[in-house]
Amino acid sequence: MLKNSLAASLFALIAASPAFADNPVPEGTELAEDQSYTYWLLDAIKSMDPQINTDVEGSDVLRSLFEGLYNENGTGELVPGVALEHTVSDDQKTYTFTLRDDAQWSNGDPVTAQDFVYSWKRLADPATASEYAWYLELMQIENAAEIIAGDMSVDELGVTAVDDRTLEVRITTPLPYFPQMLVHASTFPVHQATIEEHGDNWTRAENLVGNGAYVLDEHILGERVEMSKSDTYWDAENVIFTDLTALTINDVNQGLTRYLAGELDRVDIPAGQYPRLEEEYPEQANSVPYNCSYIYMLNVGESGPEELKDVNVRKALSYAIDRDIIVERILQGGQPPSYNWTHTAVAGFERPEIEYANWTQEERIEKAKELLAEAGYGPDNPLELTLQYNTSEDHKKIAVAAQQMLRQIGVNITLANYEWKVHTDRMQNQEFDMARYAWCGDYNEASTYLDLLASYSGHNNGEFFNDEYDQVMKESKTAEDPLPMYQQAETILAEEMPIIPIYHYAKVFMLNEDIKGWPLENVNQTWYAKDLYRVAE
Amino acid sequence: MLSYSIKRLALAIPTLLILIVVSFVLMYAAPGGPFTSERELPPEVLANLNAKYGLDQPLWRQILTYIWGIVTEFDFGPSFIYKDRTVNEIIAQGFPVTLTYGLLSFVVAVVVGVTLGVVAAIRQNSVLDYFAVGISIGAQVLPNFVMAPILVLTFTLWLGWLPGGGWQGGQWEYLIMPVIALSTSFMASIARITRSSMLETLNMNHIRTARAKGLPERRVILRHALKPAMLPVISYLGPAFVGMITGSVVVDVYFSTGGIGKAFVDSALNRDYAVMMGVTILMGALTIFFNLVVDILYGWIDPKIRY
Repeated sequence: MLKNSLAASLFALIAASPAFADNPVPEGTELAEDQSYTYWLLDAIKSMDPQINTDVEGSDVLRSLFEGLYNENGTGELVPGVALEHTVSDDQKTYTFTLRDDAQWSNGDPVTAQDFVYSWKRLADPATASEYAWYLELMQIENAAEIIAGDMSVDELGVTAVDDRTLEVRITTPLPYFPQMLVHASTFPVHQATIEEHGDNWTRAENLVGNGAYVLDEHILGERVEMSKSDTYWDAENVIFTDLTALTINDVNQGLTRYLAGELDRVDIPAGQYPRLEEEYPEQANSVPYNCSYIYMLNVGESGPEELKDVNVRKALSYAIDRDIIVERILQGGQPPSYNWTHTAVAGFERPEIEYANWTQEERIEKAKELLAEAGYGPDNPLELTLQYNTSEDHKKIAVAAQQMLRQIGVNITLANYEWKVHTDRMQNQEFDMARYAWCGDYNEASTYLDLLASYSGHNNGEFFNDEYDQVMKESKTAEDPLPMYQQAETILAEEMPIIPIYHYAKVFMLNEDIKGWPLENVNQTWYAKDLYRVAE
Repeated sequence: MLSYSIKRLALAIPTLLILIVVSFVLMYAAPGGPFTSERELPPEVLANLNAKYGLDQPLWRQILTYIWGIVTEFDFGPSFIYKDRTVNEIIAQGFPVTLTYGLLSFVVAVVVGVTLGVVAAIRQNSVLDYFAVGISIGAQVLPNFVMAPILVLTFTLWLGWLPGGGWQGGQWEYLIMPVIALSTSFMASIARITRSSMLETLNMNHIRTARAKGLPERRVILRHALKPAMLPVISYLGPAFVGMITGSVVVDVYFSTGGIGKAFVDSALNRDYAVMMGVTILMGALTIFFNLVVDILYGWIDPKIRY
């Protein structure tokens, strides 16, 4: 985490040292003859355009075809990409990046600061109509919001190419985690001449010009994506995988079967199957922390039910849900039960002491009953609420379990299942009592979670408006060390209980034991094909 | 017959127009839109998207623009979700895939189904009959979403004979399992319909006459019984054929063929209005066309029917 210019220059020093461009393979490793990698995609890739893509799977492909200012290493720390280093102004609002001089596009053109300026403006441009244009607002880039709204010319965006190798970015509020945000695919550069020549068709395999370690050979929508090593990539000599194939298999069980038949090197494990696979294939089954949290959001706003406006009721609901049963009996994939919002594996975050986390379930139930009685609900006057979830076997199982658990304290839950779009639409229009929700961190820092529950957040669907919380989150932006504020925010959440935390995600997957270099300790599971390799059996 | 066909085809145009309008309205009535996502978009971002895709226009204008694009340029618009592609491209990629495995499945289902049905009817209540009926009932009760994973487990994981999915331009080893999965239940229905219809036909007067004339049994069956017995089969085959060539979600999902069936279902769930409309129109047009083909076939098979 870079907090000030001193840290930044320190970072630059480490970054500039040649050790960073080293071969990822430890000495003495015998590499396999075949360096191809075939992996599973749940869905078709929606777009190969960095500024248009919105998916995690799409981003995985884009990280092979393009390279942004910074990359992440195996533990999620920043390492140089096109940028070698940066400095931050004293007011923390101007970042100046120095770009490497050997970065090239796949057609041989040099990658320059102007390419980034073009791409970021393209992201903001209303004509591009990017769904991720808001990411520039999240990054607090100067004038981004006005440009997106069409009130200002795109040329006013706070990003300038000082010269070919120097990129200056101006932001409106200091963001300690700003460099972390540059790993996101929507900030990747694109090749202006290619886009101008081919228009919307520029992402076709025959047209696409990228600056990543791989080039696109073929993309058959919903079937496969084929990529091969790029000769023009600045670090090509240390790129080991020669060919990448991504196969779309919409059914995760089918994916697993094909993995077991040897057709894939990596696949996700369906819920409930991890224990069996872990026992049978201990070298291949993995469960690692993954930067998402699963919660039931409570509608505490104007349109929400009266019952949920009582904090005792909210607490009772939360206490009565036995997370251990959900993670151990339903998910069985090594997910940690959660009693707070931010994933506990997020860098620099430590969960504050949360009282009910340490109670036994019996104690929680007892307390829940007490609180409900205090709120005026009991056997004669049972509390009735609706819990809505989007279509999925797993969500359904968890909801049914929660319904049973809440019945124990005399709460009658009606389950309502909606398809994804309807579920989302209802949540965003505050048409719910309790709703299943999950959030995945945009970057590896606690504010990506905590900002969401501020009153000014666009995603606070439960309309939890708390002045103290807002204040704490605002202060955290400029704090030398934001952790105490983050902890305070979590404490407020535990006291107010606008959400019921259920569990923190784990990425549960099978990986061929010959494939090495997978970033197991990277909580975003941001992986780069260029860092992977296959050892000889 | 020709004037009848022309009349029917002319009627197809208003039918398709009604289909477009009704689908459009229904589509918009469903909650959520193509850009509804877990991360609710800021209003300014949503406004740009709606402007780009014309969703800021009143519904009637959207419908007119849409129809105008089809009529003048045969342009079904851009996909709202697969933003690198147009609807024409998505259909051009997916439909040939679907058509290939659909046609093959159709041929397999008809050939095997009719043969089983005829054999069962001729040898009614014999072991052969029980066998044929057993197979067709077995195939009927085993839905393809159960069959598909069983096929992959058997032929890919245990035996290692066939690839577990993919398309690879339609190489034969990628076709076998999709065709088996798609054709079996159709095959079973065809076999049952053929059998009962054949049994009925075999008891008709003209068959008795044919036999009395001393015609060889082969000739009686193939020439005199099979043709009239096919009438109910053909009325089943019309919609079945369209169903098969316009794809199966199950086949696409389990065998990752990249066909149009999955694209259609996804488009509905994603609110990808343009793709949904494109595939709906394609299916509508095919249904209209093949209903006509079936009607013409009726006339050919049954001289009693006149147009």
